[in-house]
Amino acid sequence: MSAPTTIVRPPSAPGPLRWLRKNLFSTWYNALLTVLALALIYFVGKGVIRWAFFEANWDPVRYSLKLFAVGQYPPEQIWRIGLILVLASFLFGLSARVWGGTIRNFALALAVALGALALLPADLSPLGPTGRLWLAAAPLLAVGGYLLGFTPVGKGRWALLGWLLSFVLMIVLLNGVGGISWLPRIDTSLWGGLLLTFLLAMVGIVGCFPFGVLLALGRRSSLPVVRLFCIAFIETVRGVPLVTILFMFSIILPLFLPEEIRVDRVVRAMLGMTFFASAYMAENVRGGLQAIPRGQFEAAKALGLNGFQTTALIVLPQALRLVIPAIVGQFIALFMDTTLAYIVGLTELLTVGKIVLQSNTEWLFLDMEVFLFVAAVFWLFTYSMSYASRRLERALGVGSR
Amino acid sequence: MSQRAQSAGTTIPFWRDERVIKGVAQVISAIVVIGALAFFVGNVIRAANARGLGLGYGFLRDASGMPLGESVIPYDPSKSYAYAFLVGILNTLKAALLGIVLATILGTVTAVARLSSNWLVSKIASVYIEIIRNVPLLVQLFVWYFAVFQKLPPVRESIQLPGSVYLSQRGLYIPRPVPMSTFWTWLLLTAIAMVLAIVLYTTLTRYRLQTGRTTYAELVAAAVLVLIPLAGWFLPGERPLTLELPEMGRFNFSGGLRLTPEYAAMVTGLVVYTGAFIAEVVRAGILAVDRGQFEAARAMGLKNIQVLRLVVFPQAMRVIIPPLISQYLNLTKNSSLAVGIGYVDLFYVGRTIINQAGQAVPVFVMVMATYLLMSLITSIILNIYNRRIQLVER
Repeated sequence: MSAPTTIVRPPSAPGPLRWLRKNLFSTWYNALLTVLALALIYFVGKGVIRWAFFEANWDPVRYSLKLFAVGQYPPEQIWRIGLILVLASFLFGLSARVWGGTIRNFALALAVALGALALLPADLSPLGPTGRLWLAAAPLLAVGGYLLGFTPVGKGRWALLGWLLSFVLMIVLLNGVGGISWLPRIDTSLWGGLLLTFLLAMVGIVGCFPFGVLLALGRRSSLPVVRLFCIAFIETVRGVPLVTILFMFSIILPLFLPEEIRVDRVVRAMLGMTFFASAYMAENVRGGLQAIPRGQFEAAKALGLNGFQTTALIVLPQALRLVIPAIVGQFIALFMDTTLAYIVGLTELLTVGKIVLQSNTEWLFLDMEVFLFVAAVFWLFTYSMSYASRRLERALGVGSR
Repeated sequence: MSQRAQSAGTTIPFWRDERVIKGVAQVISAIVVIGALAFFVGNVIRAANARGLGLGYGFLRDASGMPLGESVIPYDPSKSYAYAFLVGILNTLKAALLGIVLATILGTVTAVARLSSNWLVSKIASVYIEIIRNVPLLVQLFVWYFAVFQKLPPVRESIQLPGSVYLSQRGLYIPRPVPMSTFWTWLLLTAIAMVLAIVLYTTLTRYRLQTGRTTYAELVAAAVLVLIPLAGWFLPGERPLTLELPEMGRFNFSGGLRLTPEYAAMVTGLVVYTGAFIAEVVRAGILAVDRGQFEAARAMGLKNIQVLRLVVFPQAMRVIIPPLISQYLNLTKNSSLAVGIGYVDLFYVGRTIINQAGQAVPVFVMVMATYLLMSLITSIILNIYNRRIQLVER
């Protein structure tokens, strides 16, 4: 063979026309589909735009933004939520430096979004000057946290410890402490909106983690009795809907406890979320445990580690790293599941929508506007989280190692 | 060392014997779990006694006295609580079964659209998936029920869709199939045709495999399956099924089948939501079939449709079935959100009975047990099917 025949002509540059022909008009039925799809987009798009900009009445959303954000949290105490936001931004900044990658992108997006909200022109912004200040402080603190990451504090364990401590601090801040005049207790019935939605999901995921790990270990235990209890719990909880669990905790839990113990309504819902989530967390963790090769157990045993040490030092650290994406996915699912708190009467985001509709007789029929707004808020958070988690999966190299 | 010498010579002390440790650990955990359960149950009994309520199921025979919005079987408030509970179960099944069928169709179509070589069609499908999967189901149900089905025009100004379908505030009116006298004979005939088709198909296929002759098994079976019922439909003077069309009366429709707005919103919400998840499941299944399989099948001279039916589909099904099972289970469990929009499902009825009879714990146990049973039955049936189509490893 002569050399020139093996030279392949380089593919010609993909011009827009070529792209169109390849992707939209490759065959006659594809061309037909394209035309139909274009017609669909045109009519749906026209209808949506006309409705959203000319027919819809967005007043109930515009005048209730505070209610949607924090519920009926007393206005003079909103600085606490500002402080929490700033604290979280600071920790995000620190984590961005410590872990980098997706978390850095996420922190950056958060800082930019908060900064943009703070700089919104006055006639569009629902915030007062103090609210703006808090929002403007958040990105600055995030930068501060990032810079702190360069000092010896910038270690994974410090950031993790910071998150755990501040999680407790945040809840104390929200709830207040009885007896301190500048930090009065705020009844949980006043917590609401997006704040409550986030809180329920966070408490659920953090609270279910230890139980999930224990249940997963128990399910793989060599002790038949322990295994049986764990399987029974996990499969029962996974077999019933979350509504029934939340209902159980809100109505039945008081019956299960002695008469003198009274549990707050929001706390009952949190317990319900935790209870429900731990069964799913257990299955996630079990997936990670199963992925650890037998050789790891055997090597640990050969080194003289006992069962507890093998689990705590060898198996769990590897397994948990594997299940991080699954945990993020579970958090997203839990975040969406918080809407079910509506059914047990908590004022989370969706319930606020219902309340807003009934708060003004002129708004009674604006269901479409209000619920689409709620849907859009959920979508924004969930989509950005699942996008970040997909990036995270790629960064951790799950499935490709 | 001395330690080693010691343990080699003497027996292991019992507190370090693994069997003893394991036994003790199990006994302790059993005591803890059973003790906690006993504590809770004891509290419940005490609370029930304090309020003068028994914990038995005797109240189920009492007349419920509660009106229910819709029911598959004839119902009125003089029926018992147990009967009302059954109404709830049937309503849940009614929503879940239709939801499963429609969601599977929508999901498959969306998956195919998502994999289409047409860029625009594929983008539309992925926008649908990304929007629906990231909005909570309850919010979607609220949009469907409060913003769509409740905002439809009143009955007098019903929206007429092709095929005598009417949409109004009172729900969806569709033509109702009415079985005539010949219907059951016709159904029997169809069943016979089905059995005959299966028998013919298997014998002809076996014959072809043994002798190598072309037998047209598919064609023969399809002809039997179509022609016999068709003949049964048209040959007797009376059609086995007639459609009763809804007709506008003075104030309301008469005739036809009415789907309540709650049911319509429930099924629409479940289908649109689960359809997006099923689309991802089906897409993953199709993508899991190696490209080489397509190419090899084509190289062996199979036609396009044969490639799909004989090579791609059976392999994709193996990947699709397990996650599909969990989607069906999710849909059934999600139907409990009906309580948010007032559809009278199992959970709704259970909650109403609790409010009415005050028997929280027994009713609650019944509701949970029913959901568990449904989950269990679905997963058993589908697992049997799954085992049949799994790859047999040699």
